[in-house]
Amino acid sequence: MKLAQQNETSRLFDAPGPKAKARQGVYTVVTLIVFAAALLWVYLQLDEQGQWDAAKWEPFLRPETWTAYVVPGMLNTLSAALQAAVLAIVFGLVFGIGRLSEHWWIRVPCGAVVEFFRGIPLLMMIFFLLALPLAINQLTGLPASSFRVEPLMAVVVGLTLYNGSVLAEVFRAGINAVPKGQSEAAYSLGMNKRKVMSLILVPQAVTSMMPAIVAQLVVLLKDSALGYIVSFPELLRNFSLIGTRFNSVIPAAIVCAIIYIVINISLSRVAIWLERRNARRGRASAHIGEAAMTEEAVAGVTASGNIGTVELHEPDRRERPDGPDRSDPDRPA
Amino acid sequence: MEAFLGNIDSVIGGFSWTVRLTVISAVFSFVLGVILTSMRVSPVPFMRVIATGYVEVVRNTPLTLVLLFCGLGLNSSLGLTFSETVAWNVYWLAVLGLSAYTACFVSEALRSGVNTVPFGQVEAARSLGLTFTQNLRLIVLPQALRSTIGPLGSVLIALTKNTTVASVAGLGVQEASREMKLMFDQGVVPVIPTFVGFAIGFLILTLPMGYLFGWMSRRLAVAR
Repeated sequence: MKLAQQNETSRLFDAPGPKAKARQGVYTVVTLIVFAAALLWVYLQLDEQGQWDAAKWEPFLRPETWTAYVVPGMLNTLSAALQAAVLAIVFGLVFGIGRLSEHWWIRVPCGAVVEFFRGIPLLMMIFFLLALPLAINQLTGLPASSFRVEPLMAVVVGLTLYNGSVLAEVFRAGINAVPKGQSEAAYSLGMNKRKVMSLILVPQAVTSMMPAIVAQLVVLLKDSALGYIVSFPELLRNFSLIGTRFNSVIPAAIVCAIIYIVINISLSRVAIWLERRNARRGRASAHIGEAAMTEEAVAGVTASGNIGTVELHEPDRRERPDGPDRSDPDRPA
Repeated sequence: MEAFLGNIDSVIGGFSWTVRLTVISAVFSFVLGVILTSMRVSPVPFMRVIATGYVEVVRNTPLTLVLLFCGLGLNSSLGLTFSETVAWNVYWLAVLGLSAYTACFVSEALRSGVNTVPFGQVEAARSLGLTFTQNLRLIVLPQALRSTIGPLGSVLIALTKNTTVASVAGLGVQEASREMKLMFDQGVVPVIPTFVGFAIGFLILTLPMGYLFGWMSRRLAVAR
């Protein structure tokens, strides 16, 4: 058995011999039959309801469906996601660095803000932002109609606060992962704190955290579909309009899902490519733990990962003889 | 503040749906996640393809779309119903969607846990003559589970927060965030205290979960 070819999936069983091959062949056929039967059942169920009627799918062949619904929806989704992404990165940098400050009156509020926005559901935040005019009315007595919070704004701000908080943790972990020698060398060259942070630590942290950042942006893009709930005309909303207008909910859902999946998988590929490139160049791709990386980012759960699980993947330990523990709260920022 | 406390019944009602959604979906998604993981590491290539395909498709679909599909697609268009009462019917539809979605992340976590089991363990088990199923059930999954308690905790917290999406139109489970939105829409409750109240409610649910899973993952970690 060739150990070199051992990948994660073949670790649990030997290279099959003739008997095992025959057995696996049987299992393959059985699985195939079960799977085909399940597909056929779904197909027949849908057929019974007339979901495969050409009339239900025909709207997606018409160019005006795409120009009137899909493209505007896609543009709205992408522009909301882009705005939120830029703002979230800024928010994340500010609060991530803020949490590393040596002044408690900066560190503690930044930590509280990050933990709060990571801990509450994004949808609740969006509902609250939409109710802000009412809140201002109640507090100041000004008429609620004098302020308006557009759904776009609520979605962008909500996405910014949540993903910015997650990114703040990513940046913090990345800055902590830069070898201590780097900042020590910079200080010994006479740089001040601001320069060490902006010229030495942040650039290295961003490079090593790039895969995690891109992966979090996939989450952001996926979460922008929450705009549907607050009537923001993004991709999902427009597809539901197609669904109701042409009475083709299921085809619309399938086409919409395909578009989201294609966008998200391509973005995830970018994250994987960045990670491989970092590895090739011998740089550490610092992760927020294998766990948080899978959950938070690549997989795209809107999770509040454990802060305690920050761990580093360092191919080269020689640079860092003192081990991975760099969570020194008093380190200069 | 009286207006908020006057609505305490609907607050508690909302959070009771949130908890019910979380607990039942967690159980289903865990079971489905274990099955998916077993398929993804199995010797039968076709099973691996199916499980990987499922995970890739569902986890890259927005949860809003998944739940909308359960509400408008499965229920309204295809006539799938679970219960006579509307509240329980939409509840089970939401559980279906949340479980299908969350199982992908459980599976991802477990698979990364499987990868942390040292090769020697697996080799030793194989050399003792354990079959693939025995190997998985007795050697690999127990160790993988213990090393993925932390990530599974994050998945559970994410699930708790994701239950708010079950308030999507076409489904409309009366969970906490929907109750909050209904209160805002009535326009009588003080907005900021209500929001803070609901936020604290969610923090009460998620913070102990985080500590519990953190403690458990330290306590049950496989010493290597």
